[in-house]
Amino acid sequence: MTPRFAPWSDETAREVLADINEPGPVLIALQALQAEFGYVHADAVSIVALRFNVSRADVYGVLTYYRDLLTSTPPDTQVRICMGEACQSVGARALMADARAWASDDIGVDHVYCLGNCALGPAATVNDRLYGRVTPGSLAAVVDRGHAS
Amino acid sequence: MRIWVPRDSAARSVGADDVAHALTESMPHARVVRNGSRGLLWLEPLVEVETPYGRVAYGPVTVDDVPSLVAAWSDAGAHPLRLGATDEIPWLARQQRLTFARVGVIDPLDADEYEAAGGLAGLHACLARGAQQMVEDVVASGLRGRGGAGFPAGIKWRTVAAQDADRKYVCVNADEGDSGTFADRMLMEGDPFLLLEGMTIAGLSVGADQGVIYIRSEYPDAVSTMTQALAIARSRGWLGSNVLGSAAAFDVSVRVGAGSYVCGEETAMLESLEGGRGVVRAKPPVPAVSGLFGQPTLISNVLTIAAVPYIAEHGPEAYASFGAGRSRGTQVFQLAGNVRCGGIVETAFGITLEDLVIDFGGGTRTGRPVRAVQVGGPLGAYLPPEAMSVAMDYESLSDAGAMLGHGGIVVFDDSVDMVEQARFAMEFCSEESCGKCTPCRIGSVRGVEVIDRIARGEDRDANTALLVDLCEVMRDGSLCAMGGLTPMPVLSALRDFSEDFTRERT
Repeated sequence: MTPRFAPWSDETAREVLADINEPGPVLIALQALQAEFGYVHADAVSIVALRFNVSRADVYGVLTYYRDLLTSTPPDTQVRICMGEACQSVGARALMADARAWASDDIGVDHVYCLGNCALGPAATVNDRLYGRVTPGSLAAVVDRGHAS
Repeated sequence: MRIWVPRDSAARSVGADDVAHALTESMPHARVVRNGSRGLLWLEPLVEVETPYGRVAYGPVTVDDVPSLVAAWSDAGAHPLRLGATDEIPWLARQQRLTFARVGVIDPLDADEYEAAGGLAGLHACLARGAQQMVEDVVASGLRGRGGAGFPAGIKWRTVAAQDADRKYVCVNADEGDSGTFADRMLMEGDPFLLLEGMTIAGLSVGADQGVIYIRSEYPDAVSTMTQALAIARSRGWLGSNVLGSAAAFDVSVRVGAGSYVCGEETAMLESLEGGRGVVRAKPPVPAVSGLFGQPTLISNVLTIAAVPYIAEHGPEAYASFGAGRSRGTQVFQLAGNVRCGGIVETAFGITLEDLVIDFGGGTRTGRPVRAVQVGGPLGAYLPPEAMSVAMDYESLSDAGAMLGHGGIVVFDDSVDMVEQARFAMEFCSEESCGKCTPCRIGSVRGVEVIDRIARGEDRDANTALLVDLCEVMRDGSLCAMGGLTPMPVLSALRDFSEDFTRERT
């Protein structure tokens, strides 16, 4: 399986940031780094601060505020189960309990509040692909297929 | 022969891509169009086929149905999944689709089809009418903010237009985080040019030349569709330094959120757009005076802006002729949760909740009795079946101790435990609070603990009184709706489902 992301390097990170010229760039910069490397390395705080002339505290503050921004490599397979009320009403709690049982270092299971698929719940994503009317069995099957390939 | 298979992410989540692929393989001479969704989500993937009598719908279609469908189409078209002419499906025919008129009908990224189906008529009308008149037309239409607050849009337009500034912005709030809502997403995926047209009208009217759409990261398909639509609109001169060949300039950029519910609050969204933590700002100054980067900024929800081209084209009276009381026009309701027929119902304000949940929704998906309906997202009230005669407009819902919010309706059957739902409201607040206001940041954590004590039967009366008191503090002591409205679902559960709070648990 080819890695989903490039390995972290300060040099590549600086290249990623080179083209960012928007006003208020810190969040955009961190998102761009995560898109490249899958997470934001601790070294990125200084690199982003230097590139955009902001304090490291400001960068760290943004990095730790947003749920999407990760500070370590994500698992190969990331499952996110919607725990919004609409999905709760059709069994998301049971789905989550089932998934927690087979979560591992390679298969991460996390919750998310609303994937916008509220009429076809329970909803979940597996590596960002959205599934609707998910059952414990169908979710496990999707994860097994993805993990075997 | 044309066949339509939605590209909407809800349809894709139940196999629309596989169906489209199978149809393309089986029918090499047909043209498979990937449209938006018609909003009859329980029938997705809903496949439509072109016939001499118009578009005929079939659904829900799986890959296994494709061979028999192809065989049926080479004959008279009879098939167990046949739903008849799409426009005559009663669920759709009973609606009044002004904003969603083209969603599910056209290829969302076909600019020619957009124009042929009436697109840009509003922008042309706006250019002919002039900025000042356009602002007054939005005032006269009675349009109110669809994000939840229901503030009169025209007043906001007037305020921004009156500001003297080098730069003004139009920010569209597409951070649709409320569970049970998906209309912004479906509009962006199904008719993205409409949003761009509405933004352009808004920009030209208030004197802004830059627009930003802030889309939540949980909506990757909407981000992709909007980004592609943006490039097409620029290449056609619909955006840029000479909008539609006029002297007016307007351009738009797309920005993606990073997983923070509170960034749907307008000032937290501004902080996020400026690259910072999504922490709520105190008002005043209101964003219309000092918003993005300190400049006057018109902030509106997707559905508010998407209603504008209709008003521009047909006039404010036409829009205001729909609705009830001070709630004018149509509302895009979203039926979600444990409901048999979930999806988009756009209709004039004033329809009852019962009409939506029972007549349109068909009751629960599980077939069990409806026990609770949460209206208006995670910060909205839980209503019992006895309250379902309430008319769905801003004032009637407010009188009933509830709120319209963004128009989401989440149905629960009789297996719901309302203590669990009340606890979740507090838990959600504790996780999503930006942390600025103490009642929200700490009160929500204490709220979870107090509800747990009530559930365990510890000093029930005293802890219930404490919970009510805590809710008052949160409501009165928080800057924004996150802390201010979290008490609404909690107190409504306590008020209308008190038996869940007093029964013994094992």
